[in-house]
Amino acid sequence: MKSLACEVAGIRFRNPIVMASGTFGFGKEYAKMYDINKLGGISCKGLTLHPRKGNGGARLMETSGGMLNSIGLENPGIDAFLREEMRFWETIEPVKIANLGGSNIEEYVLGAMKITQDAEERRKQNRRAVDMIELNISCPNVKEGGVAFGIKTEVAREVVREVRQMTSLPLAVKLSPNAENIVHMAVMCEEEGAEAISLVNTFTGMKIDIYQRTSVFKNMYAGLSGPAIKPIALRMVHEVAKQVEVPVMGMGGIASASDVIEFIMAGASIVQIGTYNFMNLRAGEELLAGINSYMELENIQSLDEIRGII
Amino acid sequence: MHTILSNECIAEGIYAMKVKGHFQVNMGQFFMLRAWENHPILSRPISVCNVEHDHIEFLYKVVGEGTRLFAKLREGDSIQLEGPFGNGFVNQSGRVALIGGGIGIAPLLYTAKQFRNKPDIFLGFRDQSYLTEAYKPYANELHICVNGNVLEHIEWSRYDYVYTCGPYAMMKAVANLTKGLDVKVYVSFEKRMACGIGACYGCSTSTKQGNKKVCTDGPVFLAEEVDWHEEFSL
Repeated sequence: MKSLACEVAGIRFRNPIVMASGTFGFGKEYAKMYDINKLGGISCKGLTLHPRKGNGGARLMETSGGMLNSIGLENPGIDAFLREEMRFWETIEPVKIANLGGSNIEEYVLGAMKITQDAEERRKQNRRAVDMIELNISCPNVKEGGVAFGIKTEVAREVVREVRQMTSLPLAVKLSPNAENIVHMAVMCEEEGAEAISLVNTFTGMKIDIYQRTSVFKNMYAGLSGPAIKPIALRMVHEVAKQVEVPVMGMGGIASASDVIEFIMAGASIVQIGTYNFMNLRAGEELLAGINSYMELENIQSLDEIRGII
Repeated sequence: MHTILSNECIAEGIYAMKVKGHFQVNMGQFFMLRAWENHPILSRPISVCNVEHDHIEFLYKVVGEGTRLFAKLREGDSIQLEGPFGNGFVNQSGRVALIGGGIGIAPLLYTAKQFRNKPDIFLGFRDQSYLTEAYKPYANELHICVNGNVLEHIEWSRYDYVYTCGPYAMMKAVANLTKGLDVKVYVSFEKRMACGIGACYGCSTSTKQGNKKVCTDGPVFLAEEVDWHEEFSL
């Protein structure tokens, strides 16, 4: 019996397809396009303790093989998420990952506490709840916090340690490819008790308007995603997966089932799909079909047979 | 996938594309169009210009890589349409003016057809007019202005409702000119967007009720609700 199921941090995913933070909202929008209960999991739009309006000026720019974004973590805040978006989340089956951002350690810690308390209460009432926190120390588009925590390992260590102590939920840490040393960063997360590592977030990039003679983005730099970054992301996932015991959620430019298989062969337990959700509004459904065809063609019963074989 | 019936250049850089199929669309809605695999990355939001029983029509201006690729499509080629998306215009009864500027005239043709009493239609262009004949049967009065200010000809007190789509500066001017008057103004925005369905937050725009998404909360907004002071960058 062929199975796509996998386990990360004690949580069972029905398949390795997880929708990446910031590209899938809270899932409601895509639920109109296809049956999102087929998905392994959803990492929600990055949440912060307080609501954020996000960045002004241009927010999107297409590039060759990718796109730059400078959204700036626009989100309703954790309270509104728990009050409103959780009502929808309670009705869906995929693993629910709350992506948590912050401008300082206190915000991360308080945010983690709120999400954890809510999940514990819901569980007591036998309701569906957030299954995992994904700590975002890698958003390049916010002035304070975000990627500032994701560059230097010892700065990140403090955030991971504090949040780890504050939550009973499984903790994943989402790494920036802009980290000084992404392998050291991943090893540190493992040392501090993170149960999973997500990588990579977007690469810091830039676009200049040559007639206005200014950066297109108010924040100067923006985050590059899409197929253009896939080979680098794949290499980073491979490097990290070799050095840590905890499961890796690999992402970066995945735009086909064969890309998914590559990440799994590189050692990812789970993959996350980001920009491809914009390229194909039914990405989840089509990737799953493609993975199934590949497994049949190659006579594979479980993805464990090929995971990390490179 | 849908089949293209025709894709004609009707003026310099302006194309009218007809796509086969039966579509249920509200006036002012848009589709995400795509005629390629993975490159360019994003689909293109294009408003609905007209709907007939067996086809839908889009009017677009070639401005970048995506629209350049659209312009190369021929009869019989395939195109992917996702949608319709967006809120669209609200159908109001009363004295109505439609004001279009440049390629912003596109959604106003199908819109004009929805009113029981024909609206007055004002179409402004920078240097060349196009498709104006198509509006004639649905207009009470049709005013066309090339290389001038289309708003100069409008007596605002004659209208209860104004529907406008065009350059941001034009729509902002309409909002200013109607301030304090007993006329409701609906503006239709265009912004870069990645998904078209409300997930990417790429097209957020500032309103008096906080940020709204052009793709799902819009593209149509009441002019009085828009935060015209905030920088609105395309």
